[in-house]
Amino acid sequence: MSIDISQFHDVFFEESFEGLDAMEAGLLDLNVGAVDLETINTIFRAAHSIKGGAGTFGFIPVSEFTHVMEAILDEMRNGEREVSTLSINLLLESVDVLREMLTAVQQKTATDDGRIADTRQKLEAMKADEFEEPELVKVQVEAVTESKDLGWKINFNPHQHLLQTGNDPVRMLRELGSLGELTTEVNDSKLPPFSDFEPEDSYLSWTLTLLGDIPKEEVDEIFEWVDEDCDLTIESIKAPVKGPTRVEIMVAALDKHDVVSVEFTPEPEPEPEPEFSTTESVVDETPVVAVDIEETQSIEATLPVEKTTTKSKIATPAASSIRVSTDKVDSLINLVSELVITQSMLSQIGEHFTPKMLPQLIDGLAQLERNSREMQEGILRIRMLPISFAFNRFPRLVHDMSDKTGKKVELKLTGEQTELDKSVMEKIGDPLVHLVRNSLDHGIEMPEVRLAAGKAETGLLQLKSYHQGGNIIIEIHDDGAGLNEDKILAKAIEKGLVDASDELSPEKIHDLIFLPGFSTAEELTDISGRGVGMDVVRKNIDSLGGSVEVVSNRGEGSVFTIRLPLTLAIIDGQTIRVAGENYIIPLVSIIETLEIKTSEIKLVSGKGELYPLRDEYVPIIRLYDVFNLDPHITDLEEGLLVIVEGEGQRVGLFIDDLLGQQQVVIKSLETNYRKVKGVSGATILGDGTVALILDVPGLMALYRDPSLALFVNHNRAA
Amino acid sequence: MAKILAVDDSASMRQMVSFTLKAAGHTVMDAEDGNQALNIAKTQSFDLVLTDVNMPIMDGLTLTKELRTLADYRFTPILILTTEAGKDKKQEGRAAGATGWLVKPFNPDQLLATIKKVLD
Repeated sequence: MSIDISQFHDVFFEESFEGLDAMEAGLLDLNVGAVDLETINTIFRAAHSIKGGAGTFGFIPVSEFTHVMEAILDEMRNGEREVSTLSINLLLESVDVLREMLTAVQQKTATDDGRIADTRQKLEAMKADEFEEPELVKVQVEAVTESKDLGWKINFNPHQHLLQTGNDPVRMLRELGSLGELTTEVNDSKLPPFSDFEPEDSYLSWTLTLLGDIPKEEVDEIFEWVDEDCDLTIESIKAPVKGPTRVEIMVAALDKHDVVSVEFTPEPEPEPEPEFSTTESVVDETPVVAVDIEETQSIEATLPVEKTTTKSKIATPAASSIRVSTDKVDSLINLVSELVITQSMLSQIGEHFTPKMLPQLIDGLAQLERNSREMQEGILRIRMLPISFAFNRFPRLVHDMSDKTGKKVELKLTGEQTELDKSVMEKIGDPLVHLVRNSLDHGIEMPEVRLAAGKAETGLLQLKSYHQGGNIIIEIHDDGAGLNEDKILAKAIEKGLVDASDELSPEKIHDLIFLPGFSTAEELTDISGRGVGMDVVRKNIDSLGGSVEVVSNRGEGSVFTIRLPLTLAIIDGQTIRVAGENYIIPLVSIIETLEIKTSEIKLVSGKGELYPLRDEYVPIIRLYDVFNLDPHITDLEEGLLVIVEGEGQRVGLFIDDLLGQQQVVIKSLETNYRKVKGVSGATILGDGTVALILDVPGLMALYRDPSLALFVNHNRAA
Repeated sequence: MAKILAVDDSASMRQMVSFTLKAAGHTVMDAEDGNQALNIAKTQSFDLVLTDVNMPIMDGLTLTKELRTLADYRFTPILILTTEAGKDKKQEGRAAGATGWLVKPFNPDQLLATIKKVLD
């Protein structure tokens, strides 16, 4: 029977990547010099599983690479190797390489063979370091074969308890019989009188003659599991043979994999045939006639050459999957069964409905409403993952950065179990990395600077996460230098982001770092300066419907606070009406809604209509212009102005009327239709009609797009 | 066909082993570690146990030893399926009471053949 094992690849990759994460986390937990057996075991086990799986699924290079890592971990586990910074760093590097290899195999792309070979060489060198054995002294005889056997004579005397080890002599006899011509001779002399007979004990022994050209190993194999639980002799029935006997020996001083072939001629007068023992024996001096060294495994030869085999294949993205805890699924099943009960109750009412049963019907409908709400919550919970998925990469990042910069940093994670929607999690990763890098790079000072400032030498970086209302909050604290307002202000003025005459509060100044085109570092460092500014961080977080703020105290540190919706699948929406159509504005982006007077409006050439909102002018976007509708209301005094904020900027959306507020389930337009600028999705309202959900930053981009000239055609307002 | 308890901490291995065994007509229950397996083994009986060695919580050799202390499992074949191929480990396995030792990587046919041998 052949089985297509490729169907298990996805699970293998998933668990291997998890294993790599576990290895990484474990390695970072290891303290130099100490032997933390539990952690080493966890790391070892992960490596071991990857090796076994990779071997089984045919990813040989991965399996071989892991084998070398495993060997080093094994030495650590047995206390034969010290846990040093060097070894930890090399293992971490190997984890990275392995991750790349697995990713390449998974996506069928090419691997960086140079790097793999390099790391593997380092691993092998490290392993060889501590394993210098005396040269060419120990020679192990691996196997002695090639003889002209007529067959085997076997004396098999099972010990009384053999059956209790789960082994059955009958099975072994049958197997022997399948190898060749078998004659059995039973010795039942040890059988006790029937009254003393113990059915679980074994009393028989056999003398067996097995004829045929059968390798010794095959016979050994049958008895491999019982040779401790029986008296066993296996003698060959031989026709005397002269001539060379081939012996394979392993030379310990060479690489373990090198096999040396040796040929020697046996002593002239063969005595009674020596019994070939299955155990390896150590030979000190062998009459060597000719030695030819044949490397069965050279490093270069076994390196993966994925490129050649897979170049034409196009990477297929793996279907994303989530691992869900069983209790979440159980609770859903529970809810479904409740729903079924409600449904059957309602259909019973429906069958024989009389007006008298109205209260029952109302009860039933209320129950149905509760069921569906609970189902909705339960299903959303399935998509929730603990934020530790996003936090897990930071120990490594901090470790590497401390290494690189010479800064000393302690990382503290709290609230890692706080749950967050999977899709939000995927998108928050990069902004978080950027913020953490930023805190490490610009926040936390060098040890000597900290000491001079009277602070502890080691800086503290904290990542906290918790729920607040319908939001998840992620805070990034550092006890570093804090934001330098003078520097920020000077830079902002230089870049023309603010006027020198502007009076700005410290908070306003701090907020400047999120403006596009802002960067305080005199020169971009390798770490946080990657051509991406804080403006991108804010933009990314905004696109998730969240916000980011900073609170900072000079000399004491900074706190960046990210606020995110729990899920992207459901939002709180405000239904509005424009030209007879319904739209939804996400509630988070609404600042306020106003009735305005035409007299307050300023017309600015190139900017359209501006409304003075306290100390600033906000542009007015007439939504019917954006969506090209026949307006019902064009007079600004008759409609309403909804002030919305996106990417730190405000605009006023001119609408006909406000309708209700409700939670709406977002349906993707992209999947069902195509991407539409200014619209983030659609939803189905209670009455069955479809409403588009407005994308505030997208609307602003539309407004600024001169080719659309949305702000030019405003003569109706005049 | 036999009722088999398959124990492995790796989900892909578990799936592959179960799938292979089921395809051959066996009934399979699986467990993620020795402790879980032991609990399952205590509540129902199996014709054969197939276990990995390196697992969290309780390893395969401890599981084998524990099973052998149970009256129902004194004679049940216990096969070890592992990446470990060292003599010492095998010896340990034998001492623990294992019936056989299969080395990963394995292929499905090989596994089925071995199981057939043990069960016949």
